[in-house]
Amino acid sequence: MSLNITINKKPVTAEKGEYILDTLERNGIKIPTLCHMKEMLPSGACRMCLVEIEGSGKLITSCSYPVEEGMSILTHSPRVINARKTIVELLLSNHPDDCLFCSRNKNCELQSLSEELDVRQRRIIGKKNNYSLDISGLSLTRDPDKCILCGRCIRECEEIIGVSAIDFSFRGSKTIVGTSFNKGLNTSSCVNCGQCLMVCPTGAISEKSHLNQVIEAISNPEMQVIVQYAPAISVSLAEEFGLEAGRDINGIMNAALRKIGFNRVFDTSFAADLTIMEEASELLHRIEDKKPLPMFTSCCPSWVKYVEEFWPAMLPNLSTCKSPQQMMGSIIKNYYSKVEKTDPAKIYSVAVMPCTAKKFEAQREEMSTNGMADVNAVLTTRELAKLIRIFGIDINKLQPEPADSPLGTRTSAGKIFGVSGGVMEAALRTAHFVITGKELNEHRFAQLRGFQGIKETKVKVGDMELNVAVVNGLGYALPLMEIIASGKSNIHFIEVMTCKGGCIAGGGQHIGANTDAIIARGKRLHDIDERESINVSHLNPQVMELYNKFLGKPLGETSHEYLHTNYSKREVLK
Amino acid sequence: MDKLELILQEYQGAKRDSLIPMLQDIQESEGFLSENSIVKVGNILHLPTSKIYGVATFYNQFRFQPNGKFHIQVCRGTACHVLGSSTVLKEIEKKLKIKAGQTTRDGLFSIEIVACIGACGLAPVISINGQFFAKVTIDSLTEIIESFRNKEK
Ligand code: SF4
Ligand code: SF4
Ligand code: FES
Repeated sequence: MSLNITINKKPVTAEKGEYILDTLERNGIKIPTLCHMKEMLPSGACRMCLVEIEGSGKLITSCSYPVEEGMSILTHSPRVINARKTIVELLLSNHPDDCLFCSRNKNCELQSLSEELDVRQRRIIGKKNNYSLDISGLSLTRDPDKCILCGRCIRECEEIIGVSAIDFSFRGSKTIVGTSFNKGLNTSSCVNCGQCLMVCPTGAISEKSHLNQVIEAISNPEMQVIVQYAPAISVSLAEEFGLEAGRDINGIMNAALRKIGFNRVFDTSFAADLTIMEEASELLHRIEDKKPLPMFTSCCPSWVKYVEEFWPAMLPNLSTCKSPQQMMGSIIKNYYSKVEKTDPAKIYSVAVMPCTAKKFEAQREEMSTNGMADVNAVLTTRELAKLIRIFGIDINKLQPEPADSPLGTRTSAGKIFGVSGGVMEAALRTAHFVITGKELNEHRFAQLRGFQGIKETKVKVGDMELNVAVVNGLGYALPLMEIIASGKSNIHFIEVMTCKGGCIAGGGQHIGANTDAIIARGKRLHDIDERESINVSHLNPQVMELYNKFLGKPLGETSHEYLHTNYSKREVLK
Repeated sequence: MDKLELILQEYQGAKRDSLIPMLQDIQESEGFLSENSIVKVGNILHLPTSKIYGVATFYNQFRFQPNGKFHIQVCRGTACHVLGSSTVLKEIEKKLKIKAGQTTRDGLFSIEIVACIGACGLAPVISINGQFFAKVTIDSLTEIIESFRNKEK
């Protein structure tokens, strides 16, 4: 049903039941918001989105107030502008004044709002926040001083990720956001996904930077510095430089990495192909030997930690395969070092990831050989962009270059690991070949693509029918896990990615990207799969060579030693 | 079975709206809300501990550390306020290096803020383990606290 209202004296039609904010947005009127989150119920906490109702003179929050017949809305009356400005001034009154040193300088909603509303003096003087930093986590730092209590991180963590590691505590002027008992992220149930960081309007949540270590290693002539980058990076990095979303700048990125001074440039997608060789074999092995099914993918470190914390009884269902990052790390230190005749202790191994949890993963005890970490540092997409800027590189002036051999060759199956459903597709392609000796007629699985939370399909493999599912967003795992725990599931294989959309939407990606940008990144990965001719991991020539020269066969003894691991129950405050 | 388990048993199958009464019962019996008890409450009500901690800290009545051997109650009622109880509180906090609601590391002292304890004639007043101290001043506070500390020696 349509309603007739006026906005700034002009007649407009609105849909019954919609919020004023949505009507305004459709009509091209931008209203500042802070606590508002798209596609979630409004919380009405920050009051930034105030508008005036003419006649009654009331100021109401447009994000949480539905339109009414005959309503006359003023969006920018002097009263409204004043009220919004006052809200920003109040938020600034206890805020630390260290924008210049802040991780979110020039990319902060509070900063933009005070700029847009022309706040030019400190009118309200309050006592500055003085809480301690939470540096306990391996992926993220929380700085309650910079928190404006919008609650977005809490809702993301609870409603989307399904973890609830953080919440408001205390009240009034003492309110803060923190973990239970304020004991810090390290002992909490936090899975390090960084999605709270992605929604935070300010610098209250930031990644643990590894930039300094990496710069130091590069400048150390004793060190052989090797970099690998995840499948999602090449289609995401462009946005950090203001280029269009989804543009693939793989070749340019290779050139930039060399310019920075990395001695070797490898592609984690190679290790994704390797993961598929191991994981597809593991799946068959489990089906034949009646080992725990369904098998869960183990490439997402947030998901792995979630199982360790919340579903320890299902740890045997997790694939024993290390993630591609860690397989690559292990192959570099334990195999490539021999090829290059280098002491592994002199190799500094860097991974560029779209993810904050990968920082945690790289520091896990399981991810080392003889007490030496397989991956020494993890940079997010954002940190790589910073590194490129620190080294004064103009990416517009670079000619594309290929990655290095032998760990830089990939198939498109490894590349689609970066998007939800991709690991499953790649695994099915190879599993089909391993079982039947034949390639699938159609190796694209439309049912496993897209943004739904749970995607399922059946695949005929020889005379077996495989039931597979893809969980797209950790919050969707719970109902599925309950069904599995009750023994009522007949699924063989489940892919889980914590971030909605997959790694293309990881917590290490460009801040401020909208859904369209994330869709564009995923589409580009699928385009690559469409365009290229080698779409299956088992046809990666360099992976085959690695098996011939070093690993033997999938699930063999050498593979077990270097590419597989086990996880155990984790006690946290959950 | 210990007292905590008994309380928890009473609430088996309870819904989220039992949270506050549950926390009150536990504090009544244990003197404070331990991490362990909050985890157990969370298991029963299917609530994350971050949420329970959030709710519990919203109210002044809950403590998260056991009371000290000497539990100091500082009256913040109107009469005491007028006669400077905020300075009294600040002074005690400074002396013991803890905030209201906390307990010193050695377990000797804890501080609690209470509303009027009905001894307005004695304002500003504090009570330690039920013993009242009238018209306290910065000087007398030092003496009072030292005398309790000495009891331990
Ligand atoms: S990193 Fe993820 S799990 Fe941890 S607090 Fe943030 S949203 Fe929650
Ligand atoms: S940490 Fe950031 S997202 Fe969370 S409440 Fe504070 S300002 Fe909002
Ligand atoms: S955006 Fe509407 S109240 Fe916060």
